[in-house]
Amino acid sequence: MKKKNLSISFSRRVVQYTFCIILSFIVLIPLYMGFVGGLKSNGQLLTDPVGLPNPPYYNNYIDLLTGSVGTFWKSLFNSILVAAGTVILTLIVCVMAAFALARVQFRGREIIKNYFMLGLLFPLAVAILPLYLQVKNLKLLDNYFGVILPQVAFQIPMTVLLLRGFFLHIPKDLEDACSIDGYGPLGFLINMVIPLSTPIIATSAVIVLVSSWNNFFLPLLVFNTEAYYTLPMGVMNFQGQHASDWNLILAYLTLAMIPALILFVTSQKYIVAGLTGGAIKG
Amino acid sequence: MKKSYSQIPLLVFLLGPALILFSLFVIFPVFQAAYFSLFKWNGLGPLVDFRGLKNFTVLFKDAIFHKAIIHNIIIMIVSLVIEIPLALYAALIICNKDFKFALVFRTFFFLPYILSEVITGILWQFIYNPQYGLVKALYTFFAPGAPVPAILGNPSTVLAGILVTIIWKYFGFHMSILIAGLQDIPEEIKEAAKIDGASESQITRKIVLPLIRSTLLISIFFSIVGSFQVFDVVWAMGKGDPVNSAETMVTYLYKFGLQRFNIGYGSAVAAVIFLFTLIFSIIYNNQLMKNEEKQI
Repeated sequence: MKKKNLSISFSRRVVQYTFCIILSFIVLIPLYMGFVGGLKSNGQLLTDPVGLPNPPYYNNYIDLLTGSVGTFWKSLFNSILVAAGTVILTLIVCVMAAFALARVQFRGREIIKNYFMLGLLFPLAVAILPLYLQVKNLKLLDNYFGVILPQVAFQIPMTVLLLRGFFLHIPKDLEDACSIDGYGPLGFLINMVIPLSTPIIATSAVIVLVSSWNNFFLPLLVFNTEAYYTLPMGVMNFQGQHASDWNLILAYLTLAMIPALILFVTSQKYIVAGLTGGAIKG
Repeated sequence: MKKSYSQIPLLVFLLGPALILFSLFVIFPVFQAAYFSLFKWNGLGPLVDFRGLKNFTVLFKDAIFHKAIIHNIIIMIVSLVIEIPLALYAALIICNKDFKFALVFRTFFFLPYILSEVITGILWQFIYNPQYGLVKALYTFFAPGAPVPAILGNPSTVLAGILVTIIWKYFGFHMSILIAGLQDIPEEIKEAAKIDGASESQITRKIVLPLIRSTLLISIFFSIVGSFQVFDVVWAMGKGDPVNSAETMVTYLYKFGLQRFNIGYGSAVAAVIFLFTLIFSIIYNNQLMKNEEKQI
């Protein structure tokens, strides 16, 4: 009996490992091909797209990194600027709003909270046309703020929800202690609430960062000049211009993937928790 | 009561920025979209050409829009029938406490999710490319001499090709959500069942699955709502073409609303996307409530 059970669970394990290994190959092969493809000349890529580059061909990366082909650095810079602006502004605006909604008693608090939560119902696509006109009227087309401000606005519901939930659980005793020390509500926010909330603030920052980094739809509408293109737009544009130079395109793709991969490898646990945890709480 | 007076400047300072940004860039445009959808308007000049519901009747008669709706529904069904079960199976394996290399596999599977949709889409364009890609390599290996299919260039295969990419990119996200749910199950419950003689599959079916029901429902919800908003991946893999064979509601909105300066018509499309999302959320929530009540 025991033996039979053992063999059943052994064969089950074999199936499970086989499943995971095959799935890993399916996940990794496209990434691998992108990576090695960038290290081949167009001719090498045409004759052997799968094998290791022999010899490795570095000119794609040299051309891209020296700027003789494409605008990689400019796009990278734009992506970083837009992401940094979005993350910083979202955090400032949402920490303040969530604090008011969690720790200040006032009439209409529920109404304002529900007003923000309304935003969870509206995806960007629903508002995109009037939003485009709005950005245009505010003279923010081809302006970093034309992407940053709407991105912040669309992050408000989820971020406020996450932060408020956390702020609500900070003990009242701490607030009283703060007011005995002579701090007002803002003193309490800066000296107590923010330091105590670093984990949830970091989680929110990760969610906002990744969504800004990957955003394509909004920059596509707002940025019409190549000088403003973020990485996703830069990649798309580059592919359009070098349609048959797949070796160059793959090198560009690999470069564009590197920042996200570095972030992922260095703080993986954190990112997984942030992205999925945020999703669950939302 | 006296206090609430002195609070006003504080509240304005704390809530003002969020309220202004949110109203200006989310709420206001959404209501404008509803209003614009009743007009024929190119986005310039005064809004005078009132058409009532004409935009909607034209929209619902357009065969291309029919295609787009069907494609969105196919994406939804495939996500529910293939992506979520795949994610669930992977999550169950990885959460086995004596499964080796769980963290390595988990890392691999989550990896595609952090890449941008556009980068993913272009990478897969390469994979499918009949002159350069993986498909060509497989054909040269297994069927040398046979013509290599252009998966993204063929109206009957393009959507399937994109669906593979979508599953590739998102199943790891759902897996991670499910793992988070599985990790909340106390190990003692499973141990107790094991001592009572329950097999591994019995534990999974009778104990684990019912306990992660709510997490599973969240995953399904994300999958449904996400299915109606697919744009970037499709756009990066051929803009919904050839002959609109991979058109989705949002690519349709972009092409027929923005690119042709039909703001009114495009807004009608946006309203329909919103209604789809809303109806599915409501049905879903109601069913959920009903079932939860039954359980109690």
